[in-house]
Amino acid sequence: MDKNINITLKVWRQKGPREKGAFETYKLTDVSQGSSFLEMLDILNEQLINDGKEPVVFDHDCREGICGMCSLYINGHPHGPDTSVTTCQLHMRRFNDGDTITIEPWRSAGFPVIRDLMVDRTAYDKIIQAGGFVSVNTGGIPDANAIPIPKKDADLAMDAAACIGCGACAAACKNGSAMLFVSAKVSQLALLPQGKVEAARRAKAMVAKMDELGFGNCTNTRACEMECPKDISVSNIARLNREFIWAKLKD
Amino acid sequence: MTKIDSKIPQGPLAEKWTNYKAHQKLVNPANKRRLDVIVVGTGLAGASAAASLAEMGFNVLNFCIQDSPRRAHSIAAQGGINAAKNYQNDGDSVYRLFYDTIKGGDYRAREANVYRLAEVSNSIIDQCVAQGVPFAREYGGLLDNRSFGGAQVSRTFYARGQTGQQLLLGAYSALSRQIGLGKVKMYTRHEMLDVVVVDGRARGIIARNLITGKIERFSAHAVVVGTGGYANTFFLSTNAMASNGSAAWQCYKKGAYFSNPCMCQIHPTCIPVHGEFQSKLTLMSESLRNDGRIWVPKKKEDAEAIRAGKLKPTQIKEEDRDYYLERRYPAFGNLVPRDVASRAAKERCDAGFGVGNTGLAVYLDFADAINRLGKNVVEQRYGNLFQMYEKIVNDNPYETPMMIFPALHYTMGGLWVDYELMTSVPGLFAIGEANFSDHGANRLGASALMQGLADGYFVLPYTIQNYLADQIQVPRFSTDLPEFKEAEKHINDRINRLMGIKGKRSVDSIHKELGHIMWDFVGMGRDEAGLKSAIEKLRALKKEFWSNVRIPGAAGDLNVELEKALRLADFIELGELIAHDALDREESCGGHFRIEHQTEEGEALRHDDKFAYVSCWQYQGEDKDPVMLKEQLDYEFIVRQQRNYKN
Repeated sequence: MDKNINITLKVWRQKGPREKGAFETYKLTDVSQGSSFLEMLDILNEQLINDGKEPVVFDHDCREGICGMCSLYINGHPHGPDTSVTTCQLHMRRFNDGDTITIEPWRSAGFPVIRDLMVDRTAYDKIIQAGGFVSVNTGGIPDANAIPIPKKDADLAMDAAACIGCGACAAACKNGSAMLFVSAKVSQLALLPQGKVEAARRAKAMVAKMDELGFGNCTNTRACEMECPKDISVSNIARLNREFIWAKLKD
Repeated sequence: MTKIDSKIPQGPLAEKWTNYKAHQKLVNPANKRRLDVIVVGTGLAGASAAASLAEMGFNVLNFCIQDSPRRAHSIAAQGGINAAKNYQNDGDSVYRLFYDTIKGGDYRAREANVYRLAEVSNSIIDQCVAQGVPFAREYGGLLDNRSFGGAQVSRTFYARGQTGQQLLLGAYSALSRQIGLGKVKMYTRHEMLDVVVVDGRARGIIARNLITGKIERFSAHAVVVGTGGYANTFFLSTNAMASNGSAAWQCYKKGAYFSNPCMCQIHPTCIPVHGEFQSKLTLMSESLRNDGRIWVPKKKEDAEAIRAGKLKPTQIKEEDRDYYLERRYPAFGNLVPRDVASRAAKERCDAGFGVGNTGLAVYLDFADAINRLGKNVVEQRYGNLFQMYEKIVNDNPYETPMMIFPALHYTMGGLWVDYELMTSVPGLFAIGEANFSDHGANRLGASALMQGLADGYFVLPYTIQNYLADQIQVPRFSTDLPEFKEAEKHINDRINRLMGIKGKRSVDSIHKELGHIMWDFVGMGRDEAGLKSAIEKLRALKKEFWSNVRIPGAAGDLNVELEKALRLADFIELGELIAHDALDREESCGGHFRIEHQTEEGEALRHDDKFAYVSCWQYQGEDKDPVMLKEQLDYEFIVRQQRNYKN
């Protein structure tokens, strides 16, 4: 059964990208374990506002684990201690009375801090803009059932397409690599006949953009897969490597 | 009185859209390059419109409040998207999809708009597959379908329980391609705060850069608003935290009519409220009603024992369970439309048969489905939803029934638009949930995705040209025009006034109070006395807000509390308009249920002789009552009937 707990929070506060940040400590009492982690932060912010202080800034939106906006590093794990969930789906029943919880922003060269726990993830959009699409215009397309796609391929493509672009993979990686994110999109489209036509160009363009934006290389630690809230598999990285090498060989 | 002209083309229903396209004005490629279009919002409607317009050659400026266009709330749609493909050979057709949608909307939508929607639905599926959207498929490699509420055919296409996500990522990929090509200039973390009208035409917007707090001006030849609905007026809803009605509300204040605001959809299958600190409600996809059976205990003492924690639902014998939807609506059973299912749940809970510790919940049970299909199949179909439920509630739905209760989910009302999706302000268009046009008084499941993408891919890119064809001689506007200066000053004054209040209450605490007023008096069951008292309460709350809100920090800086305060100021006013509209509509239809107007069996009772119109509210100024104009809905092609899901 859920009960009420008392906790201590150590929260990273940082005024701007170029300013020095530091941890601040806050105490919260009587937090219901039935509340979500972000609702707990709402309670903290309500308390800060009532005390005349500035609330903690953090990104969040849908609060049901699909928009990819929330991005907290909790006790050393992106999206916290639970598995297969985003921060907004994490509930306080994962914590005990008297716990100290450390909350940090994503820390990765590709994601500069904007304020407190909010980071800039536009780099991921830029990688998609470099090639994460099928070049079709609206209209003038064949009937949806014109090309049968084996269920197995469609399911694998869907597994890869489940990525929410939250950035936990790069945040978890000691090299700050975005390979899991890039490989998920490359895999989804390479697995489908609609995406095959441009597969080589896509793999090269997305990898080049990823390198340009300062993300590191993959050394197969698999931390990204462990921390991914959507369980995106590293086998996608293997597929990306095959696609990339194949594309380069053809050059 | 102003005549409302919906610009419906003449001719037989099935030929209207074809005829329109054949005779509308077009803009040639050289001229498209000289025209700019602002699109606000990057959901299904906004992203698909921005991408399509850019592909055609227009210059597009696209805005969103999130850090990336991929995060718009369309992403959270779970169940699916309807189309009249008839791939299942079960008798579906464009006409049948049209008919189901009109009937589902309780005959309060325009025939011509809905027919066009059904017509273009098939192209949407083609488009998405071409983009690489991984829809569910059968072993033969062809697309799979499932059935949804309010339909007797299987016409819903889906991508597991993440259809909205996959469709949005498809539109986002098309948008990203155009951003890469330089045809769309993307402004993330920007919030539209006003629309600028020059000589009677929409010519730009004022937006706040949410990172710097700077107020910025943007001009264009036309403005398209695709900013979603206003369900967060009720504080607790299934909408995202930042979803808001402010962009539409600013359009209303600049002269655009606001239509049918009282038509708010309350979704039957959401996870029940569990505490005062709750920030939002989570939807459990309607697709669950395909295999789940909804019930409450037949005996009051069983319900009481469950509420007290003395009895478990699995201990209630089959004959002691009341599968009330199957009992009341044998023909549709658990697949009745959302408004019907929501009211039936409320009826059982009000009568004392509700479960959960609050008594405000009913069961959604998969035991039969697991016996019939096996756990594997159920997991394949709904695995991600079951996981989501378990993380929130800490119960395993494979072993014990889910608990669900209705919650605010979608708003059918919105900015009034004509057949061309243009509001009553020339050059200002509204698409997707932000407009009112296609769902009448109640939206059927899997129709929101269809409408958003229909507007964005296949309707607006055509109709906007009919307007822009006259604008090819108009040079680009300077944002130094007095109208822009005035709009910016108006916003700065408003922000300064808010920052100057320095009261005692947080924005959220006032928003929660607004939510309680709305849910208690303007919620699932409404009556005259309640609505009148709601209007009084909302006016008092508006005073409280403008005299006692506390916003820390500075205006010219990243300031989340200020963002929320600006939205809440509009929600309070929107709430009052919802109540006015509900008070005017003395009938029950779809999502709007007036307690005074029901049949003996407790079903919604329409009054077609008096209320077969779209209400079009016109802003009259600060603290003045709005004026309502009417667009009569004359049905030429189908006959209105009492909605019947019983036999």
